Amino acid sequence: MVNLLNVNLAGIPLKTPVIAASGTFGFGREFAELVPLEELGAVCIKGLSLRPWEGNRGQRVTQTPSGVLNAIGLENPGCDYFLEHILPQLRTYKVPVIANIYGHSVQEYGEVARALDTDGICAVEINISCPNVKQGGLALGTDPAVITEVVRAVKKNTHKPVITKLSPNVTDIVCLAKAAEKAGSDALSLINTLLGMKIDIRTHKPVLGNIVGGLSGPAVRPVAVRMVYQVAQHVAVPIIGMGGITCAEDALEFMMAGAKAVAVGTANLYQPDTVHTLTQDLQTYCEEKHLSNLQDIVGVALPQGKKSMLYSQGVKG
Amino acid sequence: MTKILEESPILLQQPLDAHTHLLRLGARQIAREVQPGQFVHIKQISSGNSLLRHPFGVAATDLKNGTVDIIYREIGAFTRTLTTLSSNDTLSVLGPLGHGFDVTCHRALLVGGGTGLAPLLFLASLLGPQKADVLMGGRTKSELFWQNLYRPFVAKIFVTTDDGSCGTRGTVMAALPSLLTQGYDRVYTCGPSPMMQAVAGACAAQKIPCQVSLERYMACGLGACLSCTCKGREKRLKVCTDGPVFWAQEVEW
Repeated sequence: MVNLLNVNLAGIPLKTPVIAASGTFGFGREFAELVPLEELGAVCIKGLSLRPWEGNRGQRVTQTPSGVLNAIGLENPGCDYFLEHILPQLRTYKVPVIANIYGHSVQEYGEVARALDTDGICAVEINISCPNVKQGGLALGTDPAVITEVVRAVKKNTHKPVITKLSPNVTDIVCLAKAAEKAGSDALSLINTLLGMKIDIRTHKPVLGNIVGGLSGPAVRPVAVRMVYQVAQHVAVPIIGMGGITCAEDALEFMMAGAKAVAVGTANLYQPDTVHTLTQDLQTYCEEKHLSNLQDIVGVALPQGKKSMLYSQGVKG
Repeated sequence: MTKILEESPILLQQPLDAHTHLLRLGARQIAREVQPGQFVHIKQISSGNSLLRHPFGVAATDLKNGTVDIIYREIGAFTRTLTTLSSNDTLSVLGPLGHGFDVTCHRALLVGGGTGLAPLLFLASLLGPQKADVLMGGRTKSELFWQNLYRPFVAKIFVTTDDGSCGTRGTVMAALPSLLTQGYDRVYTCGPSPMMQAVAGACAAQKIPCQVSLERYMACGLGACLSCTCKGREKRLKVCTDGPVFWAQEVEW
């Protein structure tokens, strides 16, 4: 399997381009009995803040057509607990770990990055776009000037490659992507959840305790593919595509749109072996299409003139 | 604790009253592993545009035939769909999930209402009449088909109904305080949250250890998504993996 699927993502060698997306895979250990973790490209762990965080009150999750609406609010045990009690176990799984980090201020982003600049973490993903937290999160994630500040603060405090996860809740995603790249981000994750809500017509009230939540799952996939396609034409850093990926065909769409790697999110919540079957099916696809590596199809759907950018990155090198 | 993902044929679909059904699933590996109080997380193989699984406490197992029973009530889109399935259909079943009941007791009173009586039924079958009595509450007499299900496993069945059409009139709390003076060293309760809170309070007053089985909206069932966490006395509790069964004093009502 090694030769057909392996990829170098912003300096991180991955066995496959399939990553488990933050917030849907816990700290990996929750899935260890159901999925061979060492088969994965990487596990992106639940977003961590400096101190423990309780998250939102009331109902936190509900279903919508082909989607899931969540308002967890970044509940997490904090960096210290993670480093002492979770990371040692995570290191035994032999899978690269990407730490998703979250701050309530620009300064805290830097502090979290520094706390997690340690062995056992291969990269940092900046969660600058969670729609479910009032301070920071979405408010920070939609302003290019603030993105610049946050990315710089994180870069200054870590030796790891930095991935910026962008919010789709903006008019011009390319503008944000360029800001993150210019500020030094080594890769981009596209996309986080779309802001949505649901009302219970019997109680006359919003279903979620937080009123609004983040929509994910197959319902958002076309939006995500479109954003990857747009951004891939304007940045040179690699893109991790995500948004409603459930199978190899979905993953291929994102890669053809220009994503060098993909992340599986919501599907983990209802079909916990998705990353395993998807990886096997990508392998089969490479064999059937006689590809030397799956990276050969990255960006093939992009307009002719734009593909050169991918060659210059060495994607097809 | 082993978690298993099985494709389970439906072997039996049996109405218990107008809105409650028993569903028997072929799930040999899960049947072998599951303990009373644990749950299975279920979805249709091709579930169209509704994605998430739904948790059900296991009501019975049959190790010889490799089956797991759940008892469900039609309350929403998913359970309505369940009623339409027959023995030609297959479900995706993930389990056993969560922590079950602590069974180190001598004489236990099981207190349940509605489909909360389903996981307690599995517990009763393990404890047997030597150790278990049941107090069941319902709105009216027709809901108390549960008596027939419990009869083989318990010594005594106490009943309350809101309208007094069977047993003592009122909620389980109309009967519980006097029962708690009769030598039980453990109470297990599962049902609507206000009922469990009242039961836990009565047990605390009598200093009888009590376990409660909580229900929350849930997504992964594996402790990953944190959809079902709630406030505990000492720490945040994940209902899916720390529970669904908790000691009453762990829970902040």
